[in-house]
Amino acid sequence: MTAAMIQQLVDGLAALMLLTSFALLAQHRMLSVLNWFAVQGLLLAVTAAVVAYGSDNHELYISAVMTFLLKGLLLPWLLWRVIRELHVHREVEPLMNTSLTMLLALGVTLFSFHVIQPIEKISQLMTRDSMAIATACVLLGMLMMITRRKAITQVVGFLAVENSLFFAAIGSTNGMPLVVEIGIAFDVLIAALIFGLFFFQIRDTFDSLEVDAMNAHLIHGDDEE
Amino acid sequence: MSSSFVQVLQAVLLVLLAPLAAGFVATCKARLQNRRGAGIWQPWRNLRKLFAKQVVMASHASWIFRTAPYVVFTATLTAASVVPALLVDTPLSMTADVIALVALLALARFFMALAGMDIGTAFGGMGASREMTFGALAEPAMLMSIFVLSLSAHSTNLTTMINHTLNSPFALHPSLAFAFVAMLMIAVAENGRIPVDNPDTHLELTMIHEAMILEYSGRHLALMEWAAMVKLLLFATLITDLFIPWGMTLTADPAGVVLALALWLFKLAGLLFILAVIETGLAKLRLFEVPEYLSGAFVIAFLGLLSFYMLEVGV
Amino acid sequence: MSPALILALSACGASLGAVFTAALRGTARRTLLCLLLAVTGVLCVAAGFAGLLHGGGAMVLPLGLPWLPMHLRLDATGSFFVLLIGALLLPVAIYSQGYLKDVQRLAPLAVFLPLFVLGMLGVVLADDAFTFMLLWEVMSLASYFLVTFEHQHAENRKAGFFYLLMAHLAGLLILGSFAVLYAACGSFEFSAMRQASISPFWAAVAFLLAALGFGTKAGVVPLHGWLPDAHPVAPSNVSALMSGIMLKVAVFGFIRVVWDLMGPGDFQWWWGALVLTAGSSSAVAGVLLALQQNDVKRLLAYSSIENIGIILIGLGLGMLLARYGHPTLAALSLIAALYHSINHALFKGLLFMGAGAVLHSTGSRDMESMGGLIHRMPWTAVFFLAACLSISGLPPFNGFVSEWLIFQSALMAPQLGGALLTAMVPFSAAMLALAGALAAACFVKVFGIVFLGHARSDAAANAHETDGWMKLGMAIPAVLCLALGLLPVLFIPLMDAVPLALLDVSLTGAVHAHGWLWLTPVDVSHASYSAPAVLAGMLCLGGIAFVFLHPRGYNIRRSVLWSCGNPHTHARMQYSSTSFSQPLRQIFSGIYQADEIVHIERHGHKLLAAKVQHVLHVHDLVVQKLYQPLANSVLSLARRLDRQHQTGIHTYLAYTFATILFLLAVFI
Repeated sequence: MTAAMIQQLVDGLAALMLLTSFALLAQHRMLSVLNWFAVQGLLLAVTAAVVAYGSDNHELYISAVMTFLLKGLLLPWLLWRVIRELHVHREVEPLMNTSLTMLLALGVTLFSFHVIQPIEKISQLMTRDSMAIATACVLLGMLMMITRRKAITQVVGFLAVENSLFFAAIGSTNGMPLVVEIGIAFDVLIAALIFGLFFFQIRDTFDSLEVDAMNAHLIHGDDEE
Repeated sequence: MSSSFVQVLQAVLLVLLAPLAAGFVATCKARLQNRRGAGIWQPWRNLRKLFAKQVVMASHASWIFRTAPYVVFTATLTAASVVPALLVDTPLSMTADVIALVALLALARFFMALAGMDIGTAFGGMGASREMTFGALAEPAMLMSIFVLSLSAHSTNLTTMINHTLNSPFALHPSLAFAFVAMLMIAVAENGRIPVDNPDTHLELTMIHEAMILEYSGRHLALMEWAAMVKLLLFATLITDLFIPWGMTLTADPAGVVLALALWLFKLAGLLFILAVIETGLAKLRLFEVPEYLSGAFVIAFLGLLSFYMLEVGV
Repeated sequence: MSPALILALSACGASLGAVFTAALRGTARRTLLCLLLAVTGVLCVAAGFAGLLHGGGAMVLPLGLPWLPMHLRLDATGSFFVLLIGALLLPVAIYSQGYLKDVQRLAPLAVFLPLFVLGMLGVVLADDAFTFMLLWEVMSLASYFLVTFEHQHAENRKAGFFYLLMAHLAGLLILGSFAVLYAACGSFEFSAMRQASISPFWAAVAFLLAALGFGTKAGVVPLHGWLPDAHPVAPSNVSALMSGIMLKVAVFGFIRVVWDLMGPGDFQWWWGALVLTAGSSSAVAGVLLALQQNDVKRLLAYSSIENIGIILIGLGLGMLLARYGHPTLAALSLIAALYHSINHALFKGLLFMGAGAVLHSTGSRDMESMGGLIHRMPWTAVFFLAACLSISGLPPFNGFVSEWLIFQSALMAPQLGGALLTAMVPFSAAMLALAGALAAACFVKVFGIVFLGHARSDAAANAHETDGWMKLGMAIPAVLCLALGLLPVLFIPLMDAVPLALLDVSLTGAVHAHGWLWLTPVDVSHASYSAPAVLAGMLCLGGIAFVFLHPRGYNIRRSVLWSCGNPHTHARMQYSSTSFSQPLRQIFSGIYQADEIVHIERHGHKLLAAKVQHVLHVHDLVVQKLYQPLANSVLSLARRLDRQHQTGIHTYLAYTFATILFLLAVFI
């Protein structure tokens, strides 16, 4: 495979990453959100593998396998279990309607492109075109956290941010050192486990996982005591 | 073989194959749903029957109702006759402007909506209202995908765009992939197929296109239905021209034309089969989820535009 | 003095003469008024053609201030707009001969209508700031009296007041812009202002003042609040002139000040972006609000806002392209914007004339009480249909040509400055596509509800066709719409003098490259359009289909309608204007925020409804959220000040005493 083809492949994968970030924002059902999140993890693994092939960095292969196992399989499965155990309502409840969220997402993408353009000009890496997309995906993950009512979807947004940061790392530095990579991966795993534990606890206390309900309880809860 | 002859051949084929194409989609759907279906030739048989029947018209229908089928048919036909299918550079290639094509289809839609309102029933008004609304919401998405496609060729002329695609080296273009998906979604919406509209039903809760032509009979109905079938084939040909034009002949020699014809039929069959699978696999959307579908198509097309600037133009 | 200028001045003279017809009585007054206005129109058209083809001229009138006589000049831009004025004035004058037959008190119309025309002509011909402002005010004041022509109704007076307020605001802002330009060059004459160099900061100030001032007068969102109230209440021929011509004169003013006096060399990047954004939002907001109206003329007023938005999209694109060094494409955008101006003048004028004809026959502007008028008013219906097709941007009429040109210039625009601008251009084009398609929906609604179906009231069932004058007045723009749609290649070289003057670029070579049949804006391989070919193709195919299907003559059987087996439909069961726009109301409910109340009176059982009442109010959100609070705060401030005025004589004596003390302290 020539360098040009690898470049095109990475570009294609970046475009698909952007598509998955948009798709995460557009879903109405919880299970589809988890599916798209798993797809995003898979894309990350493939990207890491391709960059590893292209830059002859063998550590990145290990990263790729870890990413696939962790973000493509384990985390989605954990979240699915949480949803099933807690009988979370099947619908994603957004704060504003889908079309408006989409327009906002487009604006954010445009903004990140505008901001990253000067940096892209000076980079020499094969993955330089995807830096703007990586930044956009980070911002879109944050947008997902802001515009959702349910705690679970906010966690997925957080995990999507982490995914995009990993993508950005591959894009701007050809992969982080393996030690850092392993460290971050385990941190994320622990975070997910803690979130899971917390959800059970929250559900027991508030009988709901809606952020608004918790808010209301906080404001009015003191009145009852 | 002169190129004018191929131009006329293209146009005639598009018109005559349209009912067959509709029949092909219906047969694929039937087989996928474990039925035998009525056969590929059924739309032709329907048209033949309709042309022979007498026209019955409401007493207070105006001249708009009488002339609308002709306007719709000729507008769709005019659009279809300039789309290149076999030969890339035809004598009328200067009229093959994509935006003009879209405008001709809009003209057909305008008159269909007026015909729906002419009779003065609730069905016609409802069909007209919904058709114009969803047609309007599909326009930005369609324009945006056309934009993405014409960005590299810097033109909206179909011949120029096809030449550009044939002459540039093969490469994976994410922007074209996005534009393809958006164009597919728009084509489904414009032709009134599941998941946007159900072409088989005659219930007022689910119909958009059928509501407007409810009052038509005889040859008028035949013309309206034929126009709808030509529109489907037109969109399929447009998609093959823009995204998979390889196989189209650049000169009007007999061998090239026959090969182009065979490849065109093959590509069409593939696209129509995909349409049949989509129609069988998906359920029809609720009416007010359609704007979300259309804005999704717009977002995908805009993503294509952004990825063109971010990934392909380079810095 | 050039022939063009002589013709233009005689047009002014003719309209001035028309003022004096107020002294006559009866039919003579009406006929002479309309005749003189028609003559004015013809002279304007001639002046416009002469000016564009052979160049204009300049002169100084011995009127005006002692140190500042009135300068007049007819240049390329002016000639085009004089042509526009004449092209609509002539048909409206002919139409008025029939329309004004039933109007009782013609005297105010006889005085103010010619003054209005004179004002507009003067603004276009003015060559110094004083003349411009003087005639601008004449135009505004005369149109105020025309808007409040039927001042017996309170809402007309309110609309007129609002109009006057906004017109004065606009005038002040424009005056401010001229003041900045005067400060830069020391003279009021336009020729001096053109040469002057101006610092970027003051150029920005002048641009903003001019944009806001001319934007208010043109009806750009969010400065449009007065338009939907003022245009419907004026008599229909006046509405046609106001929507068709006066809004374009505001656009002319903008072109004059920004493109001509300041020049493309001074354009800053955000000017084009601002105009483009304002244009896109006006286009979409205008048509969305138009779709919710039930009053025909109010709907047409909102549609004017949409079309002004389209013109601004063209102008904004041109400004961006000129700023980033693409003069040919900028010229294309400018031509597209100008072409749309004259298209809009023609088809909007025709639409208002048609609405006037319907109002004349049925006595109502409310679409919910019309229907089936195509059987009672066949010719009006045909002309109205031509206008509806044109405004929806459908081939082979003229609306499509100007929209196509704007799309082409947006498409061929290369990457401009950062990512934001580069993405803004296709996004605005997509908004233009949305606005155009929504306009088609809007005019299907208008034509379908008013002319098709069954009559919804007795007035509609007994309507009569208009008289010959009104028919002729409507026929002329209809034919011109078709002509401008079929032969843009002949018309665009005519307009070529304008980009030549403003941008130093000529498009004739490119446009004409393939003969009179093909419109090829930049290069034939890039884009080409031939309306005659399309029309010929359609007629051919239609003819073949028709002949093929009628070998033995027609056999159509007329019978009851099918309606799925239930032919007993009532006129009330048809789709109404409100129901037609319901899907859009639901989809864009966030933007409309309509108040909808459904009240059902039950009779006995909870499933038996005796009466259903549906009340719907779709407000213009800009007026509600921006203008109303502003007006309220101004009023409350005024009330507070008013209380200060009601103190006794002692307070005023104390004021006087304090002032005397102050002056003594300061000056002695």
